[in-house]
Amino acid sequence: MQIPLPKELIQAQGVAEAHATSFGLTFFRVAFEMVDYQQMNALAAYAGFPTRYPHYRFGMEYQQMSKSYEYGLHKIYEMVINNNPTYAYLLEGNSILDNKLVMAHVYGHADFFLNNMYFAHTNRKMIDEMANHATRIRRYQERYGVERVERFIDASLAIDDLIDPGAVFLPERGPATEKQDAPPEASVARMPAKSYMDRYVNPPAYLEQQKRRLEDESRSALRFPPRPERDVMRFIMDHAPLENWERDILSIIREEAYYFLPQRQTKVMNEGWASYWHSKIMTERMLDDSEIVDYADHHSGTMATSPGRLNPYKLGLELFRDIERRWDRGQFGPDWDSCESMADRANWDRKLGLGREKIFAARRVHCDATFLDEFLTPEFCQEQKLFVSREEPKSKRQVVSSREFDEVKQALLLQFTNGGRPVVEITDANFANRGELYLVHRHVGVDLRWDWAQETLTQLNLLWRRPVRLESLRGNKLVRIGNDGKSIAEETLMQYPTKAAG
Amino acid sequence: MGDASRIQSDVNRFRQIVRGKVREELRRHLGHQEMIGRHGKSIVSIPIPHLDQPRFVHDPGGKSVSQGEGQAGEGPGAGNDPGRHLLQAEFTIEELATMLGEALELPRIQPKGRDEIESRGGRYTGINIVGPESLRHFKRSYRQALRRMISTGTYDPDRPSVTLTRGDRRYRTWKPRALPRANAVIVYVMDVSGSMGADQKELVRIESFWLDTWIRSHYQGVRSVYIVHDATAKEVDRDTFFRVRESGGTVISSAYELCHRIIQERFSPAEWNLYLFHFSDGENYSRQDTEKCLEMLRDRLLPGLNLFGYGQVESYGTSGDFYEALQARFTGNEAVALSRIPDRDAIVDSIKTLLSTGR
Repeated sequence: MQIPLPKELIQAQGVAEAHATSFGLTFFRVAFEMVDYQQMNALAAYAGFPTRYPHYRFGMEYQQMSKSYEYGLHKIYEMVINNNPTYAYLLEGNSILDNKLVMAHVYGHADFFLNNMYFAHTNRKMIDEMANHATRIRRYQERYGVERVERFIDASLAIDDLIDPGAVFLPERGPATEKQDAPPEASVARMPAKSYMDRYVNPPAYLEQQKRRLEDESRSALRFPPRPERDVMRFIMDHAPLENWERDILSIIREEAYYFLPQRQTKVMNEGWASYWHSKIMTERMLDDSEIVDYADHHSGTMATSPGRLNPYKLGLELFRDIERRWDRGQFGPDWDSCESMADRANWDRKLGLGREKIFAARRVHCDATFLDEFLTPEFCQEQKLFVSREEPKSKRQVVSSREFDEVKQALLLQFTNGGRPVVEITDANFANRGELYLVHRHVGVDLRWDWAQETLTQLNLLWRRPVRLESLRGNKLVRIGNDGKSIAEETLMQYPTKAAG
Repeated sequence: MGDASRIQSDVNRFRQIVRGKVREELRRHLGHQEMIGRHGKSIVSIPIPHLDQPRFVHDPGGKSVSQGEGQAGEGPGAGNDPGRHLLQAEFTIEELATMLGEALELPRIQPKGRDEIESRGGRYTGINIVGPESLRHFKRSYRQALRRMISTGTYDPDRPSVTLTRGDRRYRTWKPRALPRANAVIVYVMDVSGSMGADQKELVRIESFWLDTWIRSHYQGVRSVYIVHDATAKEVDRDTFFRVRESGGTVISSAYELCHRIIQERFSPAEWNLYLFHFSDGENYSRQDTEKCLEMLRDRLLPGLNLFGYGQVESYGTSGDFYEALQARFTGNEAVALSRIPDRDAIVDSIKTLLSTGR
């Protein structure tokens, strides 16, 4: 059942689109659809795609969302899909003003989808593609049974973030099965020397060392994969003994994972950019006097911050505004960096007016991690009252642990690098010469959540069909857990001296 | 977006899985109080954890970045992380009882032979030649008319019109059916003497919930009576039963006397299926009193009871001997079921023991 867009909103769309274009935003055609709250919840459960494949998890999401909507805990105002045309859903029953605001906001997102380079690789016909995925998965369910397919999807979803975010900028590789040539016969080059000098020119110890190095190298060339592999999904697709339908499902989940990846990578920027533009378009162009109070109420609700929860809308919006202000006033470059006079810094204005241009450039080339790394400044940090909080071990209360720029930045970057997820790579697919899969967690100062890691290994074992092992740091121990499908074994490989507290 | 049915089928599938999960793990959950969520009239909601999608994730150890006021070392206000929503699966009491029965392989209860107790219930199964017009059976009436016309030769197949006369009319009637009406009373007796702590009461609460669920599923109207006793006994309401904290000695016979009196006054064994469950730590005040209890049970209570269940909740450092006394006297008596409940894990087996008589 489709609810027609009210006349007023059709008009508003035209106006919002014209303003967005006049500000320099570019986008695919935006198609708005009006839905009721049940449809909205269903769409949200399907991550925006009405044509998603059948899976109980979506039902679970929907049920949770419906409950919390009914209890008044949350309300989804808008949803927008990266697609050509860009689809956006409006909630029936919202006030006309709210929906106008949402429209302005959506044009920000639409511009971001089209222009941010992290989205460049995404399939712009994803709605159709999702429908195809659904058809294929339905067919497999009919042929192999709902439960079997479900179980396989569950296992695939457990590793759907073990993909390589960098791979989208490289040409697609062929299957990684090509055998490498056997390394040339290893021999250590000797320096020519007279026989009585030979002992000194070519010291035996050195020769021995070189020989060992060469042997190591040739052994690692025989290792498979030759280099650690980050795209675990792909590796399993290519090399696990799967049936065709299983391989296909894995490829579906992987394709969707790569499609959704940039949305995880650019949450702050994307919402910040959309908020920047809804605020600009609404306050400078579209609002009339009677609407301003309601608009401000809604806008400040969206920007509300609360301890323990970072609001990406707020952070992104403020950061874009800060960049615009800094580049308008020329607060960048060596002069600015080396200036130590607080008074000069406070009144610094070179009247460059480069702000608008800079934020457009930033939205094109950055993702959250690089964006924050590049543009977060101590002044901004202080102004926005950013802090790191940690849990007091005794009381289990959250307390402010630091407002230092370095610590805030470090914690933020950790939160946004690789979408906040740990990097886990395959280093060996034939561990112990028994066809076991060996994964290594690249520890960056934060341990894995251990119970989940074990669960995930169980799922990996289902996919790989041979024992799987994971190496990681846990506290001050280097540990390895293994799952052979029957039991989980944990061994300590190395014990480091106790870490200093903190 | 015609996706209402699409999401609904995913929701149904999810519910199905949840039900399966609960059923599978019912035995494990039985002893835990979380099973018994708030229960409304006839719906029990059971929280189910662990339907998260496991992934490799960081364990931030409670560290996070956000915005706001507050000095280092201070709490930035109540951390308002709403926490993970527990999922709730909802079951009716009947479903729960069925699952319990399956999990523990309990025999169905055979209500005492009171099938002759008739209650009014009826279904429209009969046909009569008189009745109110509102109940006229159209088809049967016309069939009767057709039959009459054919037998009297007034029916013309070429002009097939059937005319109804008064005598053709047929009416639906209902036939009274004797429905077995089995009513049951469950009398819960709990020792609340000083030696019964909060943990013991918790055990009783969990166990009695399941007993109640199971028995209720076999009868239409079940009444409950709650009696607490220390040295004296009194009847209380359900809430008080689980919360009251008395102290003092234990005279079990006081409770049996009260129980007997209540049964005599309100629930004649001829009309009611009677269940008596007694939970105690088994430390009675004196041997004489224990003797008195045994006699009361044998002579006055047991003859009227479907089942007498005794659960000895054992608390740390106590060793009641009431269990042994009952065991010595009543082994082999079908109407008596005895069990010990030292801890939560024992609840499952205790439920099974108490209910496996099928009475």
